Amino acid sequence: MIEANDLTKRFGRCTAVDGLSFQVQPGRVTGFLGPNGAGKSTTMRMMLGLDRPTSGTVSIDGVPYQRLSDPLRTVGALLDARAVHPRRTALNHLRILARSNGIPARRVREVIELTGLSSVAHRQARTFSLGMSQRLGIAAALLGDPAILVLDEPVNGLDPEGVLWIRKLMRDLATQGRTVFVSSHLMSEVALSVDHLIIIGRGRLLADTSMTAFIDQQSDAGVQVRTPEPQRLHDVLAGAGITVTACADGSLQVAAEAERIGVLAAAHAVTVHEVRRNTASLEEAFMRLTADTVVYRAEQSRGTHR
Amino acid sequence: MTSNTPRAVFAAEWTKMWSIRSTSLTLLLTLVLSTGVSTLIGFSYRDSLEDVINFDSLFVGLYGVTLGQLALVVFGVLIVGSEYSSGSIRASLAAVPQRGLFFSGKILAGTLVALVCSMCTVIVTFISAQAAFGPHGTTLSRDDVPIALVGAVVYLTLICGFSMGVATIVRSSAISLGVLLPLLFLGSQGLGNIPALKPVLQYLPDQAGMELMRIASPPDDTSVGPDYGPGIALVILSAWTAAALIGGYLVLRRRDA
Repeated sequence: MIEANDLTKRFGRCTAVDGLSFQVQPGRVTGFLGPNGAGKSTTMRMMLGLDRPTSGTVSIDGVPYQRLSDPLRTVGALLDARAVHPRRTALNHLRILARSNGIPARRVREVIELTGLSSVAHRQARTFSLGMSQRLGIAAALLGDPAILVLDEPVNGLDPEGVLWIRKLMRDLATQGRTVFVSSHLMSEVALSVDHLIIIGRGRLLADTSMTAFIDQQSDAGVQVRTPEPQRLHDVLAGAGITVTACADGSLQVAAEAERIGVLAAAHAVTVHEVRRNTASLEEAFMRLTADTVVYRAEQSRGTHR
Repeated sequence: MTSNTPRAVFAAEWTKMWSIRSTSLTLLLTLVLSTGVSTLIGFSYRDSLEDVINFDSLFVGLYGVTLGQLALVVFGVLIVGSEYSSGSIRASLAAVPQRGLFFSGKILAGTLVALVCSMCTVIVTFISAQAAFGPHGTTLSRDDVPIALVGAVVYLTLICGFSMGVATIVRSSAISLGVLLPLLFLGSQGLGNIPALKPVLQYLPDQAGMELMRIASPPDDTSVGPDYGPGIALVILSAWTAAALIGGYLVLRRRDA
């Protein structure tokens, strides 16, 4: 378990992390979300003892990271995939990390195969694409077979196949009872793979909630329904007191749980082609939540004055 | 169970050092530069020594070491500085979070290699240069030769330790070299011979090192070289190295990675 207690980090006058307290529990994937500059990476660096908190603490199973006697067997971390000496081969990079923690050489081979790097293990890191660097970083994180994983934007730069792979990997690791803590600045990236959410903005905690609770809170998220009989379904749902909006593409936007819609449609024998929770609105909900805290915002009005 | 042992950390730093090509390159360059320059000097003096009084082939024959040291300085700077330029310092410290342990492992590995490289360099330089001097050369049997060679080895090794310390303080290869090369080369080779500056500059690490090698002062000549003897020189040089290493450790312990 990872536990942050009133964790604060200031860089000069800028407060990057502001009184964060949360727990990351084992056996589930915890998403760590926030816009760029929210303080996610700084928080993770403090977890790993790289940055010293200005005040507050963060501990791994009750102990500060610096005091772990088997750091790589306790926590596996992917922080910056590019932080490998450019002239060092992937194999040597992993060998060095393994050696420093007394991890047997055979485990290096294992993680290389596990992350699909076998064919490039002898190539220098500078020749790696971002996706390959990311895989090398994940290989390094898995090296010590740790019970806790801290992954900073792991899907960054991965191809779709790689994204699916990392999602499945995180799920599997959590199922094995490990603690998986994964950061992202995109809700859509983690919505499918996390059980729990910790959302921060400008270094402050905005939400600490299970994924299902977060979805339920967004009551206006709604459900999109496609049906060949839109008028009938509209009447059935409206008759049950549910707000229904017709969309331009002929589908219906329904403010109710998918289960309830299904039951009503079946009871009235209305044919339904698709009942889909509006996931795009999860991203919107996340953006609404963090809107006031966005540090880097694109200027939107530019170009209209031309 | 503790797997993050000093032995494991040393082994990791050892592998780390040899897994990049610049290590063998800079070490080889140390040997080649030192031997090459000294041997060339030997050959060029060989036939024109008849008129020179007070000539000491030991002094001149080790001169190449002052050039070879620059490559060894680059070696010391790169094994530390590359951690910062590549960002791998974060992976390294995540693997070895106790910074004192990490630092001592790295410095020990680097110093050990520097010691072996210095021994080879100094012996090869001496033999090759003295052979080049021909009839004017000297041999190991001369009384002050062994101590001068030991002095040269100690000098090179300490200067490498000094470089690693400086690189840890400034956390950059480029800045380290920008500080060290002028300090070790221009300072003493050029400005060091200006009498007014000598009282200060004679305490710079390379001046102390030259005295340690006894090449700064030919016998019976006190006008060249520092005002102190080899014993004090060793103390001064050790103090420089210790200060740089302690400074490096303090910076590493305090700063965010």
